[in-house]
Amino acid sequence: MSRKMTGAKMIVEALKDQGVDTVFGYPGGAVLPIYDEIFQQNDIKHILVRHEQGAVHMAEGYARSTGKPGVVLVTSGPGATNAVTGLTDALLDSIPLIVLSGQVPTFLVGTDGFQEADTIGITRPCTKHNWLVKDPATLAQTIHQAFHVATSGRPGPVLIDIPKDVQFAEAEYVGPKQIPPSPYQPKKKGDIDAITRLAELMEKAERPIFYTGGGVINSGPAASQLLVELAEATGFPITSTLMGLGAYPASGQKWLGMLGMHGTYEANLAMHGCDLMIAVGARFDDRITGRVADFSPGSVKAQIDIDPSSINKIIHVDLPIQGDVGHVLEDLLKIWKSRGRKTNAEAVRKWWAQIEQWKATNCLAYTNSDSIIKPQHALERLEALTKDRDRYITTEVGQHQMWAAQFLHFDQPNRWMTSGGLGTMGYGLPASVGVQVAHPDALVINVAGDASWLMNMQEMGTAVQFRAPVKQFILNNERLGMVRQWQQLLHGERYSQSWSESLPDFVKLAEAFGCKGRQVSDPAELDDAIREMIDHDGPFILDVLVEKHENCFPMIPSGKPHNEMLLSPEAGAFTGGGALV
Amino acid sequence: MVLNIQQGATSHSAYDLRDPNAQIEERHTLAVLVENEPGVLARVIGLFSGRGYNIDSLTVAETDHEGHRSRITIVTRGTPSVIVQIKAQLGRIVPVHEVHDLTTEGPSVERELGLFKVSGTGDHRVEALRIAEIFRANVVDSTLKSFVFEITGTPEKLDAFADLMRPLGLSDQARTGVAALARGA
Repeated sequence: MSRKMTGAKMIVEALKDQGVDTVFGYPGGAVLPIYDEIFQQNDIKHILVRHEQGAVHMAEGYARSTGKPGVVLVTSGPGATNAVTGLTDALLDSIPLIVLSGQVPTFLVGTDGFQEADTIGITRPCTKHNWLVKDPATLAQTIHQAFHVATSGRPGPVLIDIPKDVQFAEAEYVGPKQIPPSPYQPKKKGDIDAITRLAELMEKAERPIFYTGGGVINSGPAASQLLVELAEATGFPITSTLMGLGAYPASGQKWLGMLGMHGTYEANLAMHGCDLMIAVGARFDDRITGRVADFSPGSVKAQIDIDPSSINKIIHVDLPIQGDVGHVLEDLLKIWKSRGRKTNAEAVRKWWAQIEQWKATNCLAYTNSDSIIKPQHALERLEALTKDRDRYITTEVGQHQMWAAQFLHFDQPNRWMTSGGLGTMGYGLPASVGVQVAHPDALVINVAGDASWLMNMQEMGTAVQFRAPVKQFILNNERLGMVRQWQQLLHGERYSQSWSESLPDFVKLAEAFGCKGRQVSDPAELDDAIREMIDHDGPFILDVLVEKHENCFPMIPSGKPHNEMLLSPEAGAFTGGGALV
Repeated sequence: MVLNIQQGATSHSAYDLRDPNAQIEERHTLAVLVENEPGVLARVIGLFSGRGYNIDSLTVAETDHEGHRSRITIVTRGTPSVIVQIKAQLGRIVPVHEVHDLTTEGPSVERELGLFKVSGTGDHRVEALRIAEIFRANVVDSTLKSFVFEITGTPEKLDAFADLMRPLGLSDQARTGVAALARGA
């Protein structure tokens, strides 16, 4: 059966064949034929955003909470350039996205046509791969290949630039099963000899630690299950990067909390003092390592990663294992079990005794107040009042993000969406809308700061239009809190441009958008306000006025090693480790 | 704990196990086999500029028309750990099919072609011809006041030829950059 159709129809067909149910986008001149096709069908839901950056972050939220790729549709020129921040964010956090951009007709390309931009050139460094489709006969195949590339190996965003004349032209449609297999086939299985060597190291290790990251989440829920099984069976302590929270449950016995710049005292000192570090889908980012020369000086380091360029990039790894986390953990468990499930139990017990001492420092302690809401307290109450629900959390970027990582607990993967690698302020609100669209009945909360939230606040309109009952939990300190903290601690208390004057009235803003808002400043009313936010049937903005000068501790100033953490004045005295208060 | 991996070995695994902390820069010739599609060279060059790697020379041409393959030969320079990163990063580019480090994967041949214009008269002109003969360079253009020599060899040979021709009136040169292949079957 011949399936001749226009390029625009082909795009919609290909998306359906790839199982796409939602597209986030914004129309414009160069994508009108595609929008015409979207109008004439009901299988794919289109979420009309208010700004293309919002569309990409929504697609990221959708992808991270479902494990499926997110799909974005934007027009040429400004539509595509507005998507660049989102593409870069998705590239750094390895989030699978397919972005379709319109382009001026092929005969106008290169003439500085209206709304023309060199989208392929601009997005080349911020996508995993991109394509310009000049021939309608290759369009369907390119879209199928794009889904394959975005979701295989280390996932990432891809972009397809489609000139308007290609959308109008007719050609034969090919389905995903009719195209030849892609030559892009990243290796999934790890080297068995290397995995066996890791099992041997685990049997002997005296001070082992699992250092896990976003690669576990990206590998799928089965990888998280295997990780839990491995940690429980070996009894080794486990810490995670910001990106990996939820892969091992925060309520688990072996959990040390997040590591890194604002990680827990016990996680960072355990990383510093371990003799076997097992990195699982984590890439030794500078927010994790601190000063590279002093990073975990006495340990043998094994690293499991699907991307060979992540291995030996920053930290020399003694035992590299290239492969998908899920596949490698499965083999590792099998091999370790078949060798008799041995560990150096006596030494590991002593290691735990040391870790318990570090834990006693109570590094997340803060002084609560009866008169003003402490941001940490606000998050502890949010945790207490929502932990029993099917809950998804997104965040913006800054102090609130780190406090959320410290004080909210995740027992499942795909429940925590935050901009880790790029640190994109303005991520959380659109991401929360994307999560809510994917999970209409779940409780979706964006933990935000006042400054970050304003960066993409226009997407409140999207939330209201599509009845996405997202909860905006704004910790309002009228400051750029993290910038202020660095200026206080590292720049002589010169607070250059780090306060927010003329903030909007968030309650009136909520009303202006057609949703509900509330402001709370009295700690005694906090629980009631949080309950009202959760129970409200619709989008809600809760403006929580918090202490303006609270600092986020622990903190490893950039360029310092793990054992030179700054602790809050409230944290208990500790022995050893040489940490500076 | 001691890990039983031989340091200093040039292994044929995906990873280089030589001293990771060596700070001495090495020169490596990489052969990158790519899908011959628009923009693939831009991706490779963009990777080098974006991540701050060096390019000493770069050549590219289609080598398999039917199979849409091109071969890019890159001469680069970096510490051992940087060279490993360059190879891994090249391997991530979707239309890159294979990356070979000809410097570590066994013996290889490297050749470069150069065109050198030497302008002069009298003794200089005679001397230029004599040296060209020693270097087995061909004269591909001649006027009463100039020669254009064509010479093929290693980059070092071309450098030596240029150094000798400079006092004899070397006025212009064009070089192709290195093309290289592994020796043997």
